[in-house]
Amino acid sequence: MDRSNSLDSGHRACQGCGEALGARFAIDAAMRATNNQLIAANATGCLEVFTTPYPETAWSVPWIHSLFGNAAAVGAGIAAALRAKGREDVRVIAQGGDGGTTDIGFGCLSGMFDRNDDVLYICYNNEAYMNTGVQRSSATPGAARTATTMPVGKDPGNVFNTGKSVPLIAMAHLVPYVATASVHDLHDLEHKVTKAMGIHGARYIELFVPCPLGWGSKPSDTVKIARLAVECGLYPLIEAEHGELAGVTKIRRQTPVEEYLKLQRRFAHVLKPANVHQLEQLQAIADRNIKKFSLIEEQGGQE
Amino acid sequence: MKTPFAITLDAGSSLLNKTGSWRTERPVYLDRLPPCNHACPAGENIQQWLYLTEEGRYEQAWRQIMDDNPFPAVMGRVCYHPCEVSCNRGQLDEPVGINAVERFLGDQALINEWHMEAGAPTGKQVMVVGAGPGGLAAAYHLRRMGHEVTVYDASPQAGGMVRYGIPKYRMPREKLRAEVARIEQMGADLQLNTRIDDVIAARDEGKFDAVFLSIGAQLPKRVDIKINGELPVLDAVTVLRNTELEEPTGLRGQVVVYGGGNTAMDVARSAVRLGAKSATVVVFEAREHMPAHEFEVKEACEEGVELICLRAIREVNGNEVTLEKMVPSEGRWPQPTGQFDTITADVVVQALGQNVHTDLVETISGIKIAEGAVQVGIDMQTGSPGIFAGGDMIPSERTVTTSIGHGKKAARNIDAYLRGIPYDAAEKHELITFDMLNTWYYSDAPRTVRPMLSVMRRQSGFAEIVGNIDQDNATFEARRCMSCGNCFECDNCYGVCPDNAVTKLGPGMRFEFKYDYCKGCGLCVSECPCGAIKMTPEEI
Repeated sequence: MDRSNSLDSGHRACQGCGEALGARFAIDAAMRATNNQLIAANATGCLEVFTTPYPETAWSVPWIHSLFGNAAAVGAGIAAALRAKGREDVRVIAQGGDGGTTDIGFGCLSGMFDRNDDVLYICYNNEAYMNTGVQRSSATPGAARTATTMPVGKDPGNVFNTGKSVPLIAMAHLVPYVATASVHDLHDLEHKVTKAMGIHGARYIELFVPCPLGWGSKPSDTVKIARLAVECGLYPLIEAEHGELAGVTKIRRQTPVEEYLKLQRRFAHVLKPANVHQLEQLQAIADRNIKKFSLIEEQGGQE
Repeated sequence: MKTPFAITLDAGSSLLNKTGSWRTERPVYLDRLPPCNHACPAGENIQQWLYLTEEGRYEQAWRQIMDDNPFPAVMGRVCYHPCEVSCNRGQLDEPVGINAVERFLGDQALINEWHMEAGAPTGKQVMVVGAGPGGLAAAYHLRRMGHEVTVYDASPQAGGMVRYGIPKYRMPREKLRAEVARIEQMGADLQLNTRIDDVIAARDEGKFDAVFLSIGAQLPKRVDIKINGELPVLDAVTVLRNTELEEPTGLRGQVVVYGGGNTAMDVARSAVRLGAKSATVVVFEAREHMPAHEFEVKEACEEGVELICLRAIREVNGNEVTLEKMVPSEGRWPQPTGQFDTITADVVVQALGQNVHTDLVETISGIKIAEGAVQVGIDMQTGSPGIFAGGDMIPSERTVTTSIGHGKKAARNIDAYLRGIPYDAAEKHELITFDMLNTWYYSDAPRTVRPMLSVMRRQSGFAEIVGNIDQDNATFEARRCMSCGNCFECDNCYGVCPDNAVTKLGPGMRFEFKYDYCKGCGLCVSECPCGAIKMTPEEI
């Protein structure tokens, strides 16, 4: 198999970076799907910083960085320019981290969805602002330790029942395609990106990309952690078309959330007896996801 | 070059940035020893031939077996498959049905008449005493190495205990005959009906350069049972041999077999087939400590064989056999209780194991015999130079497969001896255990069940009871192999590297790391399904 290696060696991502892995797969899949006729707009963030320390670049795809919050708008603008020039063959991706997507770039993203601009927006979700030193974002889960949600007090780490789910918000815009994917299932990730590139209009894919530095995990555990997040139910893999849920990836080997949490220092306090209520809260979230998205295969009456 | 506004440096590729310098540990590809290969007494490269089978390359797979074992069709029937017991897949769902696949390949070879070639002649001659699995395996390997081989055996047919000990319903004779014939076609000279009584004289007369002894253990062990009356007390070796020769076996009426091993099961099951009224096995040990393999006991019981465990036969009065109840003890053996009961019998067969006929070797100076077995060095050589021994006559597990392994090992050492060079066995790879695998990547797949003959038909004749699996099933079963410790080019390392630091070399060529860029994160090691990569510290 030839792959374009759109994100090539020599980039400065940390060892075991989930985002670097996810981005290479996503952009390579998009390149294949578009016959290499692709332009990428990038928000500020790790992905931008580690790939393009001036004057070097790890990208072998036409690539533009403008601001932290405007990747969706830049992508929409490129798509408009291509339409004006009659270039139907060239497609556009806008991409950024969860900070640049769920917080800072949220207005631009919502506008892009609203206008149904012909852009695939990919959010690499590592659940905090890693580039600037691990600050909380609106994608940070409850109880997680960040620089701004320290594990102190009665309810250490990030506050529960805050933040937002951008995939569900994207669905509420009734855009043609929304999906979540994870770096533990790269075939599924490729499949979803390829499918998205076969559709016109505003599309949104969120990739779950563990961050060894920010999460306090072993670089060699990146894929394992992503797998456990999905298998425990905390990160459901879904697809939606025009606002309707169109598919879910069933859990194959269900695990308690503890298995996922214990590999990450950002959740170390959750596993202490004093904070068992946090563990229960996280398990409840997983259980709710499993029920809400029917993540467990019905047994069909056998045994 | 004119640079655009605000850009003062020419753009360069990140490839200039050699991130390999970050690394403190480096991943390296390696082959580890799969547990099946490790457990195989014949030293087969099972993982490799399953891989070839999976690809539909049956002849190559068969030839891979033949590198180590000339009897795939026999093995696929009578081997107790320690490979399956140790198979890592057993810890995931069920072991791979290795034995069934081996039988499929062995039968394919017979159907398609695949042959092996002898090696270029060396001019050396080797005498083999005993045409059992050990002697024939040695003859086969020696022929492949180009040595002339003559095999002597006192029996009218080749096969040793495979023929005269293992009943037909487990080992159809035409398969054995065909696999022996293949060795003969390679130029091995089989001298049957020829008993060797004086090894040294025969060697000198035939101008042999080396000798391999593999005469087995054919002397029945007996315990003294006090007999009042005329009740016949037979031994299993003779009974099974007579069954094979189609001579009267003496198995009739109520047959009582004494012993808890596979041989006891063979006798009892043969008795059922020969029309005995009943077949009862009196077992000294508790049911769970019987030396017989579980499947043998299960199949015997299905066929109507009755087990009486924790009993010792003490005496026989007429048709009445007195049994003493035993109790399990802390020690190795159960202890007597002084309580007795009786059963009736028309014949008693002792199946309590066998000893080695040491007469043949006792006269040879230098050969050491201890605890009834011939002692050999790690090179399989006895104390008499140029005389090697293997199989049941040396201390061993006493299985067909072990003997075949001895034959191979002896052949290699005899070859080295004849060439006057020391034999260097290749160093074994590190064993791979279940915890070194990442089983997420293997699809869930239950084991293929082999068809079995109906109990009715099993009770009424010696037809083979375990059926074949077909080509689709063989391929499916081979695909269940997890290829422990040996790369099968799944592309995971190539896929999961965040630094694009793995080069794919193409089919059959595996992969290579780009150490200029590998940061040493170890993701490839974690996500390698089969444990074929490991991290090693960098020298700093």
